[in-house]
Amino acid sequence: MIKNILNLGDAAVYCDFGKDVNQEININVINYFQNIKDKKIEGITNITPSYNKLIVSFDLEITSYSKVKKIIENLELEKKFEKENKLIEIPVCCEKDFKLDNDRLEKKLGITYDKILEIFFSKEYFCYMTGFIAGMPFLGDVSEKLRAERLKTPRVKVPKGSIGLTEQFCNIYTYESPGGWNIIGNTPLEIFNKENLIEPALINPGDKVRFNRITQEEYDKIKR
Amino acid sequence: MTKLKDNYFEIKRAGINSTFQDNGRKNLNHIGIPISGVMDKRNFILANALLKNETNTPVIEFAYQGPLLEFNGDKIYFVITGDVKFEIIKNNNEKIIGLPYNVYEIEDKDQIDIQSTNKSVYGYLSISENIIIDEIWDSFSTNTKAKIGSNNGEKLSDNQKIKIRHKNRNTALTKLNYIDKKIEYIRVIKATNFDYFSEKAKEVFFKEEFKVTKLSDRMGMRLEGQILENVVSTNIKSEGLVKGVVQVPSDGNPIIMFADHGTIGGYPKIANVISADFDKLAQMTPGTAIKFKEVNLEEAEKLFKFYNLETTNLINQIS
Repeated sequence: MIKNILNLGDAAVYCDFGKDVNQEININVINYFQNIKDKKIEGITNITPSYNKLIVSFDLEITSYSKVKKIIENLELEKKFEKENKLIEIPVCCEKDFKLDNDRLEKKLGITYDKILEIFFSKEYFCYMTGFIAGMPFLGDVSEKLRAERLKTPRVKVPKGSIGLTEQFCNIYTYESPGGWNIIGNTPLEIFNKENLIEPALINPGDKVRFNRITQEEYDKIKR
Repeated sequence: MTKLKDNYFEIKRAGINSTFQDNGRKNLNHIGIPISGVMDKRNFILANALLKNETNTPVIEFAYQGPLLEFNGDKIYFVITGDVKFEIIKNNNEKIIGLPYNVYEIEDKDQIDIQSTNKSVYGYLSISENIIIDEIWDSFSTNTKAKIGSNNGEKLSDNQKIKIRHKNRNTALTKLNYIDKKIEYIRVIKATNFDYFSEKAKEVFFKEEFKVTKLSDRMGMRLEGQILENVVSTNIKSEGLVKGVVQVPSDGNPIIMFADHGTIGGYPKIANVISADFDKLAQMTPGTAIKFKEVNLEEAEKLFKFYNLETTNLINQIS
């Protein structure tokens, strides 16, 4: 449940679900997100879910903090979440051109790369949020055996499609972008497709993701 | 019957960062797409009001040096808003010094040379016709960072053509006497991580000047000043961002989020610029000294109403 509601500036409501980051809290955030979205409240310009916060921005010409806050406080929550989440399969190639942080991770985690990949591919991940850049999913939870800090100096360019690890999370770089996550492989899939006007992001908050390891050959085939 | 061909502008010089903008695209933050839209909303509103266009008609926003455009076709009207130096070069090579907030008529082979913004960053060019560009997710705005929106998500480039189509209009050669006033302070509301900062940092934030640096664009404005010491944590769990939020990364220098900002971020939020001061802030050039002043929510809401009332009064003064 929401622990605290505050204003962020004069045109946003900041809903705080506490300090912890776990799926239970995040499902709660996403549930609020979907309920508020479906209400189509006048003047709302964005609803931004994250691990344990939900920010609702609005147009101050149309509504105000006190009005939006009241709507959120009196919201009758329907359980939308269970109905809507789905499982998405993502092929990942971990051959030499793609595993940019092979050496770093082996050294840091003290296990072989094969073992790292075996652990990484053995489970399903949960999408906590999507954003920072268009369509980038923040997935968790990564096994405790694979937890590594982000790079001290971020890369200026992380290749599009890169799969990154940091602490309890993994992500997918939907565009070439600066970034500091440990790169273990690359997917040939378009994770964000701006031509798809209805559902441009393949992975949305609340979805489940399974990564499947593929060979270079399979990668090239999908890419074509 | 001869087929009427579309009129067009040929971009002889694109300028530094010329993009199509309107009020932006809403409700896509949750998939990582920011709101985009014009940086200076008042000047956008005035540009369309002067031409009696509908309020959310897309315009060309330019920064510092604007485009040089050659018009091809029947007569049209245009207006430029902001503190902008520009010339109209007539097809007989006669040069007319342009005045912002004045509607002009141009004809075949006339050129508009938008030379620069004066002591400000952004200016706007609006025309009396429909610009033929793609509307994507209810907005014509171009987001060059995500390569989304009209013009394939790219800024204008040299030699490209912008097609325009005639529409029913009731434009006249109207004008407005307006000079944008500078403001002394940028007013802010304390944000959710204000207490992450040391007592000294809190004092410094409201007492000392911060300079706008060159690392400022449509995504955000980086400031430089006395280091703001964080005594709790220089990282928070990533969470949503909003326009105007002032984040302080570990180097202690504030960054203010603008229209094309990343949708989530993990730096502590010290304050949030009030909606009434967005336009003025966006127009501050590198080197400008900023002082922050604290207001509460109620004051911020009143100041915004007042600011909008001023805009409405300006629209009413158009003659």
